[in-house]
Amino acid sequence: MTDLTATLGTLTLPNPVLTASGCAAAGRELHQFFDVGTLGAVVTKSIMSRPRSGRATPRMAETPSGMLNSIGLQGPGIDSFIENDLAWLAAHGARTVVSIAGGHTDEYVEITRKLNGNPAVSMLEVNISCPNVENRGQVFACDVLASSRVIGAVRRAADPDVPVFAKLSPDVTDITLIARACADAGADGFSLINTLLGMVIDTDTMAPALGGITGGLSGPAIRPVAVRCVWQVKRVLPHLPILGMGGIRSGLDALQFILAGASAVSVGTAVFGDPTAPVRVLAELEVALEERGFASLADAVGYAHRAPAQRLVPAAPEAAAS
Amino acid sequence: MTARTPDRATSTTSAAIRVAQSRPVQELGEIFAVARVGEYYQFTVIAPGVAAGFQPGHFVAVAVGGENTSMVLRRAFALYGATPSGKFAGTVQFVVAAHGPGTRWLVQRRPGELLDLVGPLGTPFPMPSGPAPAVLVGGGYGTAPLIPLTEALLSAGSTVEMIVGAASAAKLFGELVAKRLVGGVTVTTDDGSAGIQGRVTDVLPAAIERINAEVVYACGPMPMLRAVGDVARAHAIHAQVAVEEAMACGIGVCMTCVLPVRGADGASRFVRSCVEGPVFDADRVRWADVGTLPDDLVGADAMAGH
Repeated sequence: MTDLTATLGTLTLPNPVLTASGCAAAGRELHQFFDVGTLGAVVTKSIMSRPRSGRATPRMAETPSGMLNSIGLQGPGIDSFIENDLAWLAAHGARTVVSIAGGHTDEYVEITRKLNGNPAVSMLEVNISCPNVENRGQVFACDVLASSRVIGAVRRAADPDVPVFAKLSPDVTDITLIARACADAGADGFSLINTLLGMVIDTDTMAPALGGITGGLSGPAIRPVAVRCVWQVKRVLPHLPILGMGGIRSGLDALQFILAGASAVSVGTAVFGDPTAPVRVLAELEVALEERGFASLADAVGYAHRAPAQRLVPAAPEAAAS
Repeated sequence: MTARTPDRATSTTSAAIRVAQSRPVQELGEIFAVARVGEYYQFTVIAPGVAAGFQPGHFVAVAVGGENTSMVLRRAFALYGATPSGKFAGTVQFVVAAHGPGTRWLVQRRPGELLDLVGPLGTPFPMPSGPAPAVLVGGGYGTAPLIPLTEALLSAGSTVEMIVGAASAAKLFGELVAKRLVGGVTVTTDDGSAGIQGRVTDVLPAAIERINAEVVYACGPMPMLRAVGDVARAHAIHAQVAVEEAMACGIGVCMTCVLPVRGADGASRFVRSCVEGPVFDADRVRWADVGTLPDDLVGADAMAGH
């Protein structure tokens, strides 16, 4: 039996498979299919201070091995979220990572303060792939200074016991520069990666397929980009934990992220096609780790970074053959 | 369970108050039969878990493309029927129109093959509390979910008239089944290749008046549903309509299938077609605003700058 205990900074989880923000709402719907308390944690849809309608439809287009979405963070606002969603998660024994978003630094801080002291919050994931209304809509995550300001402000405002993870966008020239800035600002770890900005034109209407014109690309199509980002950030900041995500739909997909340096993974878009994907990925990951002779998940984290001579665990024959 | 729209219980007069929620299951079901019906394919799949909770108006979400497919999203189909599940495996039926890569893959599947189903999904048609004369209007394969609804209404003692319409004869569905179930069936086609040339709404007022209908049910394309709602309102009765909106997940987590809907509190919100729908009271849907972000929607004010 492989020890699946996952560590994300000061947070210890019984296993390394979580949902991904925006792909599991606040757990209720998936709980019809499996007990969300059995997951490493539920990562909730990014919450902002006020209720948000989201964008006009169409909000989705299927793409090769993925999908494009432009939801616009439809949500109930932080007060309703705490009263209804967070309370429900706590009542059902689900560990919860709360994803927070904002249009300016003060909004992130306001939300963080409202979550302070709430025992249902295991971790904060800071979604900085939002337009900064104070800087002509420039996305925080694409700007070193804006990223570090938000992360620094959230880290200072949050409970010291609660890890603060920066969720980074791959739509940057060098993701390690943003990661370093967030680390300097106090980030306890990283969630890698957010969606890639994409676009689809409907050839019947000859107009953009999405109401929001551009959208976030997710699903297996972006997995190699995500694995690359995890690898690069782990290389430059080996001491900080990474929650890896981007197109994971099997245990071996998850293992790629672990070997690249992720301490845990989120299963996102796969849930839309297979509501039980998170528990299936966990079961498959456990088998894959066992087959490769890992006594613990921790032994596998970042394993691909080792030089050949340091590979203490021999590759499993089945794995070597495939 | 997911939050329900609060207006369900109070939305109509004598019609439309009984709605129960079923818990969906994910199930690998063996295809029992595939039948060609006009331009459509009628699937019968052995799926006792899905069948067990079935009520008219429910839909099923089907994975397409096989194990290593590049099509990551399920396709949603209104359930055409389900046998009661008992000692023997229950079956479900749904109707597929091949209009994209996913549905083209699906219609090539044959008996004995397995399909990955999630269902029953959605909020079914609300049933009248007692016998209530009803007109049911189906557009294209939108007639499919109205067949089990007809059976349920008839067994509750309601008088039913049906209007079955499509663009052309080949796009009609369920005409013969409808005629076996009820005496009053009117067929319309846009091109006159079957039945009366014209639209379902051309013949709807007369049908409502013939049986003094208390409720209209409809399923079909969005413009048809809106027009049916207008006719019902002109007769001071409610129309319960099942929409077809593009969905990614079908289970309420992705928020892609939303429509602007007015709630019992008078406030309008984007609500999910897959969970709060697919059946809506036509008067609650802001048809003219579909595809836009109306300024007065709850939370629209927070969208500025985004």
